[in-house]
Amino acid sequence: MGKMTIQDKLALLSDAAKYDASCASSGTSKRGSRDGKGLGSTTGSGICHAYAPDGRCISLLKILMTNYCVYDCAYCVNRVSSNVPRARFTVEEVVWLTSEFYRRNYIEGLFLSSGIIKSSDYTMEEMVRIAEKLREGGFRGYIHLKTIPEASPELIERAGLVADRLSINIELPTDASVKAYAPEKDPAGIRQAMGKVRLTKEDYGERSFTGRRRGKFAPAGQSTQMIVGADDANDATILGNSTRLYGSYGLKRVYYSAFSPIPDSSAVLPLVDPPLMREHRLYQADWLLRFYDFSLDEIVTRDDGGMLDLDVDPKLAWALANRERFPVDVNRAEKALLLRVPGFGTKIVDRILKARRSGAVGLEDIRRMGGRVKAARPFIVTRDHHPGGTLDQEDLRARFVKPKQMELF
Amino acid sequence: MFAPRLPRLGTRAAWRDAARRLVHVAPSEVDWGWPDAPSPLFDTPLPPPSDLTVPKVFTDLTRLLCAERTGRGFALAHALLHRLQGTRGLLSHRADPDVAAAERIAKDIRRDLHKMHAFVRFREAGDQTDRRRFVAWFEPTHRIEEAVADFFVNRFGDMDWTIVTPEVTTAYVGGQLSQRAVSATRPEDGDPLEELWTTYYSNIFNPARLKVDAMTAEMPKKYWRNLPEARVIPSLIAGARAQVTVMQAATPNPARPVLEKQAAPDAHPAPDGTLDATRAAAASCTACPLHGQATQTVFGEGPQDARIMIVGEQPGDREDLAGRPFVGPAGQLFDEVAARAGLDRGQFYVTNAVKHFKFVARGKRRIHQRPGLSEIRACKPWLNQEIALLDPQVIVAMGATALHAVTGSGKGITSRRGHLEQTRDGRAVFVTFHPSYLLRLPDAGHRLEQTELFVQDLTKVRQMLN
Repeated sequence: MGKMTIQDKLALLSDAAKYDASCASSGTSKRGSRDGKGLGSTTGSGICHAYAPDGRCISLLKILMTNYCVYDCAYCVNRVSSNVPRARFTVEEVVWLTSEFYRRNYIEGLFLSSGIIKSSDYTMEEMVRIAEKLREGGFRGYIHLKTIPEASPELIERAGLVADRLSINIELPTDASVKAYAPEKDPAGIRQAMGKVRLTKEDYGERSFTGRRRGKFAPAGQSTQMIVGADDANDATILGNSTRLYGSYGLKRVYYSAFSPIPDSSAVLPLVDPPLMREHRLYQADWLLRFYDFSLDEIVTRDDGGMLDLDVDPKLAWALANRERFPVDVNRAEKALLLRVPGFGTKIVDRILKARRSGAVGLEDIRRMGGRVKAARPFIVTRDHHPGGTLDQEDLRARFVKPKQMELF
Repeated sequence: MFAPRLPRLGTRAAWRDAARRLVHVAPSEVDWGWPDAPSPLFDTPLPPPSDLTVPKVFTDLTRLLCAERTGRGFALAHALLHRLQGTRGLLSHRADPDVAAAERIAKDIRRDLHKMHAFVRFREAGDQTDRRRFVAWFEPTHRIEEAVADFFVNRFGDMDWTIVTPEVTTAYVGGQLSQRAVSATRPEDGDPLEELWTTYYSNIFNPARLKVDAMTAEMPKKYWRNLPEARVIPSLIAGARAQVTVMQAATPNPARPVLEKQAAPDAHPAPDGTLDATRAAAASCTACPLHGQATQTVFGEGPQDARIMIVGEQPGDREDLAGRPFVGPAGQLFDEVAARAGLDRGQFYVTNAVKHFKFVARGKRRIHQRPGLSEIRACKPWLNQEIALLDPQVIVAMGATALHAVTGSGKGITSRRGHLEQTRDGRAVFVTFHPSYLLRLPDAGHRLEQTELFVQDLTKVRQMLN
């Protein structure tokens, strides 16, 4: 093979990076470059600079440093036994691509990941060098570094001092699946690395006796990702695992990535269409667990074999299964109960609580405040509405289920 | 009838000036507009300004409303200002029709600003100066050029740039921002980097997840003509299904079998006579289900020749993360009390009855769970090996779990504490509370009392050594 151009490399190494779901560029420390001495700024909520036809946001230059890899993880396009062409960026190439893309306002920053070459420490150090070089050159945009769990604590510390976010993928929902499909990976080692990141971040957050902090370590925190649908773990197992991960390592996000066909796939994994609806429901459930005070056994019950309902969202599914808790009086109910109403998000609930202090709230008011009245209607009482017997109707669930498209026969 | 006409630039300052003059005039008496709006027949000169204060949220809201394209934003902002004089807290009434309408416009403008932050594409325009120079063309929906400029100043501080819209040209040269209201038309030139960017765009797309509606909801077609990457969208969509079919049809690669069964490691390998070897073996222990949740096995540590062995319950949150026993709050309290009793951490071997952290996750915390009998039993062999290898003069069992593990019963600890007992094979066991018990006592007086008892207990332990 002749010498690869940077364009050839970019094509290969971005193609190889697309299975990482995260593209977030939010929640880091506030930076800017109005002093004229650097390039870039950060915003509170991040910016999606483009959307691909898969509907996903493109915020960062998401690439692999290299797709050479000594590991043989069955679900991964870059595993050693795959026949995909291989490439490797130099440190200078990644620095150049990131800053030139950034200058043209294509991206918010860099999300760098890599296959494992030579050793974990060697690979991690090369990645850290890229981030350090960007910072030395005055780059103030967002950097997300995928951390290699076996890398030394010194390298993880260096990584956190230049990156906004660190992430280590848990890969699969159970330790047994990781051992089966990613034989070289050690699930306990992955957890230990996440623990190390949390401890280091907390150390940096503490003030010394002079009242100063030592510096900023991964200000946008850490995240992880697990692949859904490659093994037979059910939703209860998946969500149980993420609940533990959130609690244990202070993760900002757990990403769920529907297992999707890869080129030159391995024989041990199914090549079906990715379970996108399942992935979507998992995210919804994840939100309910974190922001709506639902507990896991409320969302997935043993009756459903530990699986979420694919036809209706988990909040609506809970409401339909617990109709005796409704209707909720929008003008009297406490916040916790309002948060359980289908169609009401946290913002809407706050607005309702404020608005009802100065007069009873009606359906039109809720609509103006941004609530989804159609979803909420059967479950609420307002000054001008009572669901009557709607709640007892057998076909209530059917009303919310989108009819499946007819097959041509 | 008043008919203020606000300029294309300096809009908000002009609105503010007019609004201060018209605050007490009924909104129906004012016809707000941009300079190109037709003038009414009777245009009364504005009254003198009033002094007034407004909440900060309102100031922020007017910044957005004044960028509205039709001029309706001016009128709404005025109506709100007029009503604010009589109704405090008006803006928190999100169901009020004026507030709701204003918020709807504000949301539109915010979205327009956000899309401009996202979709402006700079093209390099040669380097005549020491700063690199870039130009962009953008067509915003609303008149947001003034509101948006600071974002680009803060982001692209080290380069010179110009953003041209059909109505306003914004230039940032040598650190100076200037805006001119001049009409302009779309340029045709490109940038060599656009090809690389399009390569990236095409390859980061996953054809197996085609969701065109989700894309167009966030990146409506009206923006496409100014986005270089958008040119390849039709061909990406058209080729997606075919690409997936090729992937699925290809014979799976007969990778080396990944599901090779490995011999299950013996849960408790026989010790080879050293604590280090036992510690290494314990690191991969799977004898109870706790290993799948905890971060790591937290084995005991301390000098090989320690004469005192401290046994606690199980590692906590900090211990689990750090992989070392007694480093959390209870461990720190223990160190303090031990120091008061004339003992030093360096004199002990410290360990736990159960070596994995048992917890339930609640939001951002892990709530400690007392280990069950089966977990104590599963972990017992490790503790036995530690005791055998260390051969301490005295074992200090702290709390019921440790007491159970060491003596076979953890019952009645309140009456047993402060006393010396024996293990089944005759080793000395001193019984005391777990320091976390002290941390949990809500009453300060009681806590002080119990801490004194704990100091006395550890003093007894020290005396035993002599």
